Amino acid sequence: MTTLIDAPAPAPAPESRLRRTDALLRARELGIGLAILVVFGVTTLKNHNFAEAASVQQLLSGAALIALLAVGETLVIVTRNVDLSVGSVLGLSAYLVGDFFVKHPGAPVLAGFALGIAVGTIFGVINGLVVTVARVPSLVVTLAALYIIRGLDAVIVDGKQIDPTSIPAAFQAVGYRTFFGVPWLVIIVTAIVLIVGFAMRSFRACRDLYAIGSNPEAAALAGVRSGRRVFAAFTVSGALAGLAGALFLSEFATVNSTGGSGYELLVVAAVVVGGVAINGGSGTVLGAALGALLLNTISQALVAAKVSSFWNQAVAGALLLGAIVFDRWLGRRVARSEAIRGERHGS
Amino acid sequence: MTTPEPLLVLERATKSFGAVRALEDGSVTLYPGEAHALLGENGAGKSTLVKILAGVHQPDGGQLLINGQPTVLNGPTASRTAGVSIIYQEPTLFPDLSVAENIFMGRQPLGAARIIDRPRMISEARAVFSRLGVDLDPARPARGLSVADQQIVEIAKAISFNARIIVMDEPTAALTSVEVARLFDVIKALRADGAAVLFISHRLEEVFASCQRVTIMRDGRFVSTAPIEDVTIDSIIYSMVGRDLDALFPKTHTDPGEVVLAVDGLNRRGVFHDVSFTVRRGEIVALAGLVGAGRSEVARAIFGIDHRDSGTVTVNGRLLKAGSPRGAMHAGIAFVPEDRRQQGLVMDLAIDHNVALASLGRLSTFGLIRRSSERALAVKWGATLQLKFGRMKNPVSTLSGGNQQKVVLAKWLARTPSLLIIDEPTRGIDVGTKAEVHRLLDELVAQGVAVLMISSELPEVLGMADRVLVVREGRLVADLPRSAADEPTIMRAATGQSVGSAA
Repeated sequence: MTTLIDAPAPAPAPESRLRRTDALLRARELGIGLAILVVFGVTTLKNHNFAEAASVQQLLSGAALIALLAVGETLVIVTRNVDLSVGSVLGLSAYLVGDFFVKHPGAPVLAGFALGIAVGTIFGVINGLVVTVARVPSLVVTLAALYIIRGLDAVIVDGKQIDPTSIPAAFQAVGYRTFFGVPWLVIIVTAIVLIVGFAMRSFRACRDLYAIGSNPEAAALAGVRSGRRVFAAFTVSGALAGLAGALFLSEFATVNSTGGSGYELLVVAAVVVGGVAINGGSGTVLGAALGALLLNTISQALVAAKVSSFWNQAVAGALLLGAIVFDRWLGRRVARSEAIRGERHGS
Repeated sequence: MTTPEPLLVLERATKSFGAVRALEDGSVTLYPGEAHALLGENGAGKSTLVKILAGVHQPDGGQLLINGQPTVLNGPTASRTAGVSIIYQEPTLFPDLSVAENIFMGRQPLGAARIIDRPRMISEARAVFSRLGVDLDPARPARGLSVADQQIVEIAKAISFNARIIVMDEPTAALTSVEVARLFDVIKALRADGAAVLFISHRLEEVFASCQRVTIMRDGRFVSTAPIEDVTIDSIIYSMVGRDLDALFPKTHTDPGEVVLAVDGLNRRGVFHDVSFTVRRGEIVALAGLVGAGRSEVARAIFGIDHRDSGTVTVNGRLLKAGSPRGAMHAGIAFVPEDRRQQGLVMDLAIDHNVALASLGRLSTFGLIRRSSERALAVKWGATLQLKFGRMKNPVSTLSGGNQQKVVLAKWLARTPSLLIIDEPTRGIDVGTKAEVHRLLDELVAQGVAVLMISSELPEVLGMADRVLVVREGRLVADLPRSAADEPTIMRAATGQSVGSAA
């Protein structure tokens, strides 16, 4: 074949600017990691107890459940959908697992986790079916699920409460035992983040999720089976929320009908702060998990700095807004450097 | 260069949409190693033919042979499997994903344990680009690529599928001259590989520069196929046009009065340049030109929806503020946009509400809309325009295209404008209603309204306009009085084949 092109040399300035914005996008996880360290460092300067091992353990454990939910949420948001039912699923799953141990005191620890995952999977499947088969917007479907499941939870719990005494010690150990200083809870969540994060990079089915969120029309043209993939994303999100319910019970050893209330918004905030585009198509599981850790670190830092806890939500909100404004700004920059390039071509 | 065995033969394909026959005889034959131009006016049936090859439309009749085998393309996947790839004017890519992943989505090269082999994907993409002779980084995200580079990615995708038949539907419309040159080099490379390229363009000089054979269509019918050496620009234009105008265009003679609209030195960087013209009472001025020449943009800038960099617009002697549709409405301009479903109507709203939408100020008392006046207004204009509807309460979406257009017109005429700007007045409207819309325009002009009409249908331009302004690449290139305007002259001006015909 003949090679023919006498293409003009790429313009150095806009091109390198483009590269830089690309690098910026890729370095999003790094940026969040840095932000966590800065918050941590500054707070430690003001309050030396903040850097103690117990305190760091608290930071990680406190973020673990939200990070786990954020993993599933990332899968869903990447496809341009949202799952608002995760908090309710977590609550119901936690109670049902607790109730299971009340009724079967000698049951093995793994059975508790299996039950939690099963409960979550059922709701994930239902969400996924309604979204993909009935084609109802996921915001509506999962908002309805949020209330329905929470209502179901209240009916089942009926004002009762699971007490630590009914939970097997081995089950509770997962929540507080450590391994070389790292809580098992954190190890489990980190492992899941790494595994799912790897999968999201490496498997065709997972890349399909990005394709669907990035350009649904093009995804259809490329032969991506969108319905199937979106359904799977909701199922995984449900399953992880169910697992988070079991972990919630092992961490706190007690649960009533309000467990996990409001988590869904914390999770969405963590995911967005973590660099997952709310319109789908981009972002990583690791970023979302780090987003959860950053939000928790900030809220703990405010406590350590003896700032009124009322500020907590305001700061989280500001961070969320900041993350989205930052993304928009980044998008505009890319578009602008492209426009410059285009004009140069034209001249 | 024509080898005995054609890659693709489409014979006498027909396609109707309801009562509209979009394609009556779609025929084209593609040989390996040729770039083949498909030419015709807007509405000649080219897009329908392309969509048949894309597997988007199923032909009602006719025969399709690919590599000599009768083939049915019952969907985009079937078309791709048969080795056909379509490059659209506006490519659809995944902006968030890398260029390489855009090419290989769903077919990413796999390594051990079905894990995507990223380095191999990048190097395979790079190999395709070097075959095409282009310098594109496969690892960069598709977001921010120019339209030209996006097309290159689509072409790379086609090559990676081993497509033998590559259809390019007006690929150059959005490209700069440098980018067009590069595309031609890519086409040359594809031909050298033995692929066939079906090239659709309105720019005849590009056809002469890059194609070996030309097929011309008119009114949904095959007209002729000829080697490029055997045709001239004049013979092509003659084959593309050349029909008589019938009663579709009622036109009463009017004597234009004073100037209603004066546009002076209108500029918008990269879109239109130094546009100046006037429209007088009782005349229809048509903006003609190719799709994408900047006609609609000029109209939108006059009405103030689009930004303009410099220049003035004067209506009835009063200077119009830039960027203010409200101001333009108060000055007496009515604007019927090109896309009535998106921009002209609130589809789910009732007919009478839609008619009243631009007149709510007059129909309100202390800010409250009088329902009865709204209804009365709609009934009055519905009768004037012979609107065919079930009930005034029905949503506009229940009406036919022609009647929807009448609702848009009613909405604006209810304001008794002095200038009507109308973009593609009869696009997608059946012939009967077309004639009604034309009659209506004629009546308006007789009543002293000034009309600025944008139309891609030359017969409509010739049939209705008192003056024709031809726009090419954002510039006014000809100002033709009715007597001097004919299809070849307009087509020459619109495609840049300069002949001393400007008035």
